[in-house]
Amino acid sequence: MQPTSRSFPANILAGLADPVLQRALGLARTGFPLRRQQAIGRLPEFEELRDQGRAIKDHTLGHLDFYLELYETNVAAAGGQVHWARDAAEARAAVLEICRSVGAKIVTKGKSMVAEEIALNDHLEQNGITPVETDLGEYIIQLRHEPPSHIIAPAIHLMKEQVADAFRAAHTELAPDRPLEEVRTLCEEARAILRPHFLAADVGITGANFLVAETGSSIIVTNEGNGDLTQTLPRVHIVVASLEKIVPTLEDAATLLRLLARSATGQEFSSYTTISTGPRRPGDPDGPEQYHVVLLDNGRSELLGGEFQDMLRCLRCAACLNHCPVYAAVGGHAYGWVYPGPMGAVLTPALVGLGEAGHLPNASTFCGRCEEVCPVKIPLPKMMRHWREREFVQRLSPIAYRSGLRFWAWLATRPSLYHAVTEIASRVLGWVGRGRGRFRSLPLAAGWTLGRDMPAPEGRSFHSLWAEHQRACKRR
Amino acid sequence: MSAARDDILAGIRRGLRRGPLPAATAAGLAERISAHRRNLIPARAAALDHSARIDLFVAMAEEVQTTVARVTSGDAVPAEVARYLAAENLPAELVMAPDPSLDTIPWAARPLLSIRRGRAEPGDAVSLTPCLAAIAETGTLLLASGADSPTTLNFLPDTHIVVLRAGDVVASYEDGFDLVRARSVAGPEGWPRTLNLITGPSRTGDIEQRIQLGAHGPRRLHIVLVDEPEVAANGPPAR
Repeated sequence: MQPTSRSFPANILAGLADPVLQRALGLARTGFPLRRQQAIGRLPEFEELRDQGRAIKDHTLGHLDFYLELYETNVAAAGGQVHWARDAAEARAAVLEICRSVGAKIVTKGKSMVAEEIALNDHLEQNGITPVETDLGEYIIQLRHEPPSHIIAPAIHLMKEQVADAFRAAHTELAPDRPLEEVRTLCEEARAILRPHFLAADVGITGANFLVAETGSSIIVTNEGNGDLTQTLPRVHIVVASLEKIVPTLEDAATLLRLLARSATGQEFSSYTTISTGPRRPGDPDGPEQYHVVLLDNGRSELLGGEFQDMLRCLRCAACLNHCPVYAAVGGHAYGWVYPGPMGAVLTPALVGLGEAGHLPNASTFCGRCEEVCPVKIPLPKMMRHWREREFVQRLSPIAYRSGLRFWAWLATRPSLYHAVTEIASRVLGWVGRGRGRFRSLPLAAGWTLGRDMPAPEGRSFHSLWAEHQRACKRR
Repeated sequence: MSAARDDILAGIRRGLRRGPLPAATAAGLAERISAHRRNLIPARAAALDHSARIDLFVAMAEEVQTTVARVTSGDAVPAEVARYLAAENLPAELVMAPDPSLDTIPWAARPLLSIRRGRAEPGDAVSLTPCLAAIAETGTLLLASGADSPTTLNFLPDTHIVVLRAGDVVASYEDGFDLVRARSVAGPEGWPRTLNLITGPSRTGDIEQRIQLGAHGPRRLHIVLVDEPEVAANGPPAR
């Protein structure tokens, strides 16, 4: 999809004004964090597992070339094939070529953020192949022709009424006046509609939560079982995965799996964790005849050795989205591309460019919740600061903004001047605002006062109180 | 595509500021892999004796809406299966894995139970399979695909019944992986195509985060746990 991260400020206003989105986000705000808290509360070793998870990922990234080559060798030994793709276009071409080689008409898909990243569905459709999303959330947004708004719950921005509308519009073979008020009914309808697609598909495409170097396996984690039907029933299974998904061994994968579901949905373990290795074996009564892995770089290798390398530890659990006050207020579509929330604010500029996505790392209060809940302790706020620095250095931000920052730096690095200026400013503001005790608007601060009042300063400043306290201590 | 491969690997090495790994370092990494070194295993299941571990497995499985019936011998399995199907108002008809480990169960004692052996087909309502192991930590079943163990049985039918021997309950995923390694000939070519770790029936929370069972996979997962005393006594030791 084409990024629209450039229009983030306008997207935010649209999100805040959307009553359906606000109701849907209200459900998400409480549900995910509560369930995560309960799950990790039951596992005393969780903190230690986080440290080990981080160490596994760091070790793997430090030897990424070795593990990828070993992985490829083992995929081949198991009868599969790895297709290396430098960018989205190469990945799309590889998938299309495999689909064409078997004359595929219908392709079922498990949920894959990498497939979203490379805009695979559009490419398949343009080439006469019908992709059918089978994850319920992905299916809903495919019917609505919109991108996912969350990396594990793609339709989290919708309420059941919108889903019912989408189903009525798409499933024209069913009675138009059928009742669709219950969530249960909607799920049943999707199950009934999608089952024949699973059976008819020529190719099944899934993502991967992990790739295992030791065995040449791909691992998917799902709750619906759609990923398993997608990769078991068709003749061909294609995995699209980015190269940082690799881990050395199944033991390493197990440690990360203990972190993943708890951080994501607050489950002890997802319903289905499936480890796939090559195509069906001689004598196997089912399973795909071909197994392909399209291994995508798309700018990730350039992050190695730099200040954004830690981002490659990301498990895509979405805990940072679920705990982010900005995401909770505006939803995922505002971010304008595939990856929203704090992880998107760091990853999107790396993948689509800072010129396009420069707003995203600025959309943070730096409250730090994202880093606190990250299962592999990615320093997301620090990396957003790195992007802001780069944006400043590369002169990508507006002139007024940069001059303001420059003036601020000039003032803040001169303490006596700073104290004098702020003392005077707070006295003036305090005097002007003495009637109401707050300001509805202030010159140069319209952006801030648009959504809230500014309290008028009262009494003395912290600095002068502190200085007096210090003097009093000395006298004692 | 090999140009892409070379470019990507070169880019990785550029980022890491080094060339290909020295042979000694690579040998060390290969050694790390073949040692199957375990990371931290939570004490929750690993610290328990075998019988407490089975109880934990049952409790964790039931927490995620798996139903569990405990019987004291393989002979009691057909009656339990028939009872379950009747109680759930399901037809007494099932498709069963061709796995020989199920052959010792006296199915003929229940002639009204209609059984086909093989992979699942679209119309099949109920499947029955054994499993390779059960993981107490999270109430998870481990199934490995193979000639006798079709993967479709685990996903296509609405109801999946699993016969679990109490001796096959282990503590952790890692214990399960060791069992797979012990069965497979060395190397990835001996590894099963599919390993399924199954924790409860299929579910989704994609609409308003309200959990619904039976999204695309089985709506019901029922375990018949066979507590054969002599097997339990010889169960795998704690690791």
